[in-house]
This record gives sequence, structure tokens and C-alpha cells, in this order.
Amino acid sequence: MSTGTSGSDAVIDSHGLTREFGGRPVLRSIDLSVAAGEIVALLGPNGAGKTTLLRVLALLLRPSGGTLRLLGLDPDRERAQILRRVGYVGHESGCYGDLTGAENLAVHAELRHVPDPTRRIAELVAWSGLHDAAWRPVRTYSRGMQQRLALARALMHDPDVLLLDEPFTGLDRAGAESLVHLLEALGRAGHAVVMSLHDVTPVSAIVTRTGILHRGRLTWVEQEPAGDPIVVAAAYTRIVVET
Amino acid sequence: MRDALIILRKDLRIEWRTRESLSTIVVLGVLLVVTLSMAHDPTPEEAPGLAPGILWAAFVFTGVLGAQRSFHVEREQDCLASLLGTAIDPGAIYAGKALGMVALLGAMQVVVVPLVSIMLRVPIAPVLPELLVVLALGDLGFASLATVFAAMTARVRAREMLLPILLLPFLTPVLIAGVKTTEAVLAGGLLGAGDALGVLIAFDVIFVVAGGLLFPFVVRD
Repeated sequence: MSTGTSGSDAVIDSHGLTREFGGRPVLRSIDLSVAAGEIVALLGPNGAGKTTLLRVLALLLRPSGGTLRLLGLDPDRERAQILRRVGYVGHESGCYGDLTGAENLAVHAELRHVPDPTRRIAELVAWSGLHDAAWRPVRTYSRGMQQRLALARALMHDPDVLLLDEPFTGLDRAGAESLVHLLEALGRAGHAVVMSLHDVTPVSAIVTRTGILHRGRLTWVEQEPAGDPIVVAAAYTRIVVET
Repeated sequence: MRDALIILRKDLRIEWRTRESLSTIVVLGVLLVVTLSMAHDPTPEEAPGLAPGILWAAFVFTGVLGAQRSFHVEREQDCLASLLGTAIDPGAIYAGKALGMVALLGAMQVVVVPLVSIMLRVPIAPVLPELLVVLALGDLGFASLATVFAAMTARVRAREMLLPILLLPFLTPVLIAGVKTTEAVLAGGLLGAGDALGVLIAFDVIFVVAGGLLFPFVVRD
């Protein structure tokens, strides 16, 4: 079974990665290699382990077994160096409701030592389309606005690896299109993107590989094109529905 | 230290905007002082002896409430994960959070200490500098320990009950030393505190060091 790119080129390289919660396996022997410039979609039903896998890759959870290298570095010994080059957006925005959007971005700009933070925040506010809301408390934002702010936060330091957990949740059509353009541009610029999705359709034109996670096991869609919704639906049925 | 100050500034800004923790703990502090003072109904001779106990009981119970709130903002929207994802040293989060709690306790004490002075007719003006030293040491000990336990219990369901149950037994040495040192200060001066001041300082050092070492394990998986 293909795991993607060869280990030496990989920005994400895992072998036999496992994760258990209270003895219950959630990830089972995940082999995953992702090269710079790849856009990888991970599909799977609820509880398949998508969020856990992304949190392990974001170094928010330790694997229970197996090996993991990110950007050629060892997460146990070079955690800070890795995190400086990784961006992560989870299910929740990770933004403080009682701070404004701009203040949230400023906190992350300071913590990430972003050079010229004012300019970078202005760029991200413009990209996220939050000009009019940037000085309003995040608590007043809609779900889609919070999601755009979370994406802006994760892009603050121009990460080499972007990990996105269901990034299209709450986005309207314009927001989703803007995100697809951004992901495409990131991929072209050599950034690696790994995202979990319930539906591959919004990114079908840009994904370079699709994996299906089911009961903690990752299976790659081998048939080309890997992002074609029909191809993916057939693979999904075979892996998830019929097993 | 720079990152700790960013966390502190962020927490103070949130608190300034909402005033949720401050208003709650000040009201609770006032209620505790009034209730305990009236329940004892002390004579003018007994009143000064009660003041240290009432003060520290108010500090501890209001402090527990403040500690719970402190990690509530990090739990909401998974903000702690986004902080940890910035490669910040967890020790900086610990220091920022503990300093924020010290500031919160200090703000509450600005109201509660004069109230005790008025209700129990204990003059604090002549011993104010020494009293401030004792309060600062007590706040530091409380905050350094409470920050660890608040982080530990932030992700569990029964956190409101669990935090005081875990925290209060460990806090006992600081509480006893704080009461005895305050007693000595109100009776004439810090020099009369003897061993109690040493115990207070020693536990501050232990809690700060242990808290700084344990905190990364508590917030990371």
C-alpha cells in the first residue's frame, strides 16, 4: 500500500503510528509520508481517528507507538523548531471570545515572533475578509467568521505544514472558494497541507492525494484522479460502508 | 519572561473587558468577611484575633473561584491548544497565568482588607507595608499552586468540585503560615512572625519550583 512520497523528501513521515485512549486504539499503524507541496485530504466517518491523527501531527497528542518525524526533525527533541513551522486549525477556533479578531492575531504574532506584525495582521485580516469585524470581540462573530479567523491565526507565521481539521465547516460559498484558492497557492509555493474532511468535493480539483481513515486505519485512494468525488465515493463505499 | 508577559497582558485585557472574575471574587470576599465577622460577633478585645483567620479564609475561597475562571478562558474554543501550538514554553504560560492570579487576588484584597479593618476595628495603616509583604507572599504561594491544579482539572467534568478538594490540602501550610504571619504583623510587626514567615517563604519557593516543573506535564498530553 502506498504511503505517498519517499521518507527522505517527506515533511511528514510516520511509520506504524498508533494512539490509544485508555487502552482503546484510535489510530492503528498509520504509515503516512507527505512531501512539500502536497495537499492531502483525509476522509472518514465520525470517530475514525481523523482529529486524533491531526492532533498527533500537530504535536498536541503524543503517539502511543510507532515513529514520527516532521520536517526531518524529531518531535521529542526538536518540538519547538517543528512547531515554529507548523500551523494547526482544530474543530474550535482557538481564539479568545472576549478579545477582538485583531487582538487574537496580535497575541499569536507576538508569541510567534512575527517580523512586522502590524503588516502581517493587516494582510491576514484582508485575506480573511474580516476588515469590518477586526475590532469586534470574537464572541460576536458567526461560525464562518470564527473559522476564517482561525485560519488566519494558523497562517500567521507562514507555516511549511498546515494541518486543518474540517476547515470548510461554517464557511459560506465565498469563504470556501477563498480557502480553496489559498490552499492551492500554498501547495504551489511548496507548503504541505493535510486536512480532514467529510466531503472531498470542495477541494477535488486541488488535492494530490486522498486517504480514507476507518476504525483507526488509513487506506489511500489508489485510483486516479485521487480527488475525483466519484472515485473517492467508490473507495469510501468499499472501505467504510462494506466493511 | 517575554512570553509570560504576553500571556499576562492577554489575561488582564480579557479580565478588564469582562470583569467576570474580579466582580465575582470581590463580591464573594465581601460576603465571606461580613458573614464570618457577624457570625462571631466578637467583643472589641477578641476582634483583632479573628482578623487573620477571616482574611485568609476569604482569600482562599475567592482564590479558588479565580483559579477556576483563569483556565475557563483557555478551555473555551480550545485556546490552550492554540497557545501550545505556537511553540511557547509551557513554563511561560504557567508564569503568565500565576502572575495574572496574583494580580486578581491583589485587586480583591484592595477591597477585602480595608473591610476587615473596618468591621473588626483592626488598624492596618501603621503596619501596611509589612502586611503587603505577607499578602504578596501568600498570593504568590496560592497562585503558583492553584495554577497547576486549575490546569490539571480544567479538562475534567467535575472540575468545580475537584479543584478545591485537590488544592486545599496542599495549600494548608501556606494558609497556616499566612494566618500566623498576619497575626504577628497586626500585633506589632513582621519580626514577631518568627518561623511562620520562613515557612511561608519556603513553601512559596517549593510551590513555584514544583509548579514550573509540573505544569508542562499537566498541559501537554
